[in-house]
Amino acid sequence: MKYQSAFDIIGPVMVGPSSSHTAGAVRIGNIVRQVLGEAPRRVRFELAGSFAETYRGHGTDLALLAGVLGLPTDSEDIPNAEQVAAGCGLAYEFAKVNLGLVHPNTVLVTAAGASRETRVLASSIGGGKVEVQELDGLPLKFSGERPTLILYHEDRKGFLATVSRILDGSGYNIARLALERRMRGGEAVTVCEVDEPVQDELVSALRASIPVLHDIRLVYVE
Amino acid sequence: MAFTHLHELIRMANERGVSIAQLMLDVESEQTGRSKEEILERMARQFDVMEEAVRRGTREPVMTRSGITGGDGHRLFAHLMGGGTLVHPDTLRATAYALAVSEVNAGMGRIVATPTAGSAGILPGVLVAALDSGRYRREDLVMALLTAAALGLVIANSASISGAAGGCQAEVGSATAMAAGALVELAGGTPEQVGHAVGLALKNSLGLVCDPVGGLVEIPCIVRNGLHAITAMTAADMALAGVRSVIPPDEVIAVMHEIGKDMPVSLRETGIGGLAGTPTGRALRHKVFGERAARRNAGAGRPGEQGRSGEQGRAGEQGRAGEYGRSGQPGRPGEQGRSGEYGWPPEQVRAVAPCRENGEDAVAGDVGGGRGGVERGDRT
Repeated sequence: MKYQSAFDIIGPVMVGPSSSHTAGAVRIGNIVRQVLGEAPRRVRFELAGSFAETYRGHGTDLALLAGVLGLPTDSEDIPNAEQVAAGCGLAYEFAKVNLGLVHPNTVLVTAAGASRETRVLASSIGGGKVEVQELDGLPLKFSGERPTLILYHEDRKGFLATVSRILDGSGYNIARLALERRMRGGEAVTVCEVDEPVQDELVSALRASIPVLHDIRLVYVE
Repeated sequence: MAFTHLHELIRMANERGVSIAQLMLDVESEQTGRSKEEILERMARQFDVMEEAVRRGTREPVMTRSGITGGDGHRLFAHLMGGGTLVHPDTLRATAYALAVSEVNAGMGRIVATPTAGSAGILPGVLVAALDSGRYRREDLVMALLTAAALGLVIANSASISGAAGGCQAEVGSATAMAAGALVELAGGTPEQVGHAVGLALKNSLGLVCDPVGGLVEIPCIVRNGLHAITAMTAADMALAGVRSVIPPDEVIAVMHEIGKDMPVSLRETGIGGLAGTPTGRALRHKVFGERAARRNAGAGRPGEQGRSGEQGRAGEQGRAGEYGRSGQPGRPGEQGRSGEYGWPPEQVRAVAPCRENGEDAVAGDVGGGRGGVERGDRT
């Protein structure tokens, strides 16, 4: 189910004016920043549907920008996101696009930092809740509400078995899991949500034990 | 476990011999592993934020960022304090409070989305008015928030709480239903009466379209929050009096979703049809966003025109509504470098932290017990 916690309904605490167009947009930006794993230098927001029609009225642009800058949903700096971005040397642009059959509040964010680039397609589904629909063009869904490991790796036999063994051995419960690959034996991404807060030791253990694991990102947004 | 139907919620509360609020508290604790004290403490903080917004918007006139609305919460509050009102001042207070919170929201001030920001005035409106009546303790109101949460979960999971997906009925309608049910339980009503209050309040909100002028959460959102606070209170009293929702509340929720899906896209938070498309609505949009936005609208199809068609999904046929379809046609050219497009002056910059390289600023904090895996998109 999409909504399970009382605080999904009585929350979030946020600056207005719109939970889906402002708070949800901040959360999407937060997720993008965490997926990128470094300070963004260039970011492009392609907005569809209701996002595209009303983004300025709702401050969706400021909210998305605030999100990639790492500000939380209740930050009173959200209205000043453009100045914050300018102060950080972050270049950004907004465009209205047709993304096809997607939720009315959807944005495709392309962000680049000093060393990496990522592309996140995400929707704001109401009440401030968000859902990533695609990561780097792969159909991987996650919300960032639980500690979420994003594992960039090669498609190899036994990869998931090793990951789950390490998680189990370290006392983590897998809440949700998805793996997508570009081709057999090629580049793959696994998204794994766990119930427990992720400790550094887990990340180190995964890195040390799995040679085909190239990179790990942790996504977790309030 | 997730709440999806009112009749289940009511049955579970009755089986356990507890209120809906207590059931919500138990389930939240079971699901998140957090103690009940911790949950209550956090919910009490949400209530504090709600109350702060109420006080702020009544103590002084709060103007919205666009400048086209504002000050009405303060205005009505001063009026009721002056006496001689048609509606009893204690009741009218709920409307003044709901207006106040909605104005704080439109001013990009801090509020609690209940269930959304566009509908964030109603619950604080009725609950802070109940607090001020002196008849209830603050703890009772925190429990009432849990009642409202359980009701909101049912609506969100079986229908929608998104104006873009289901129109204003999904936001203001849901908030009104949540508030009505919460008041019933606050006043000592049974879970069944809570259900009927939800049914009665939601029925009165069916068909409400989301037509914000200029896409701003101001006209008619602020006024709707104010007036629906009284709807919620009246629906609660009706349910307490034994009035039943003849159409079962779960069916009312289901049909709200159906109606939302049937609404033309111009009336679902696109700022195109309805009040947004009136001559004055368009003029206000022009005033707020300036010449440039107006020219863009003129080039992309006159606002209000495609509003009538409602043929969502048939891309390429109507101007902007076609964008949701599956056409694969290229979008309109992007608009870059939009600095200065806002009609309002830049404000002081305070935060510099965002410039830090990552790692230290990961938002990996307390997530408030949200365990919800998102299984499917809320597509329309």
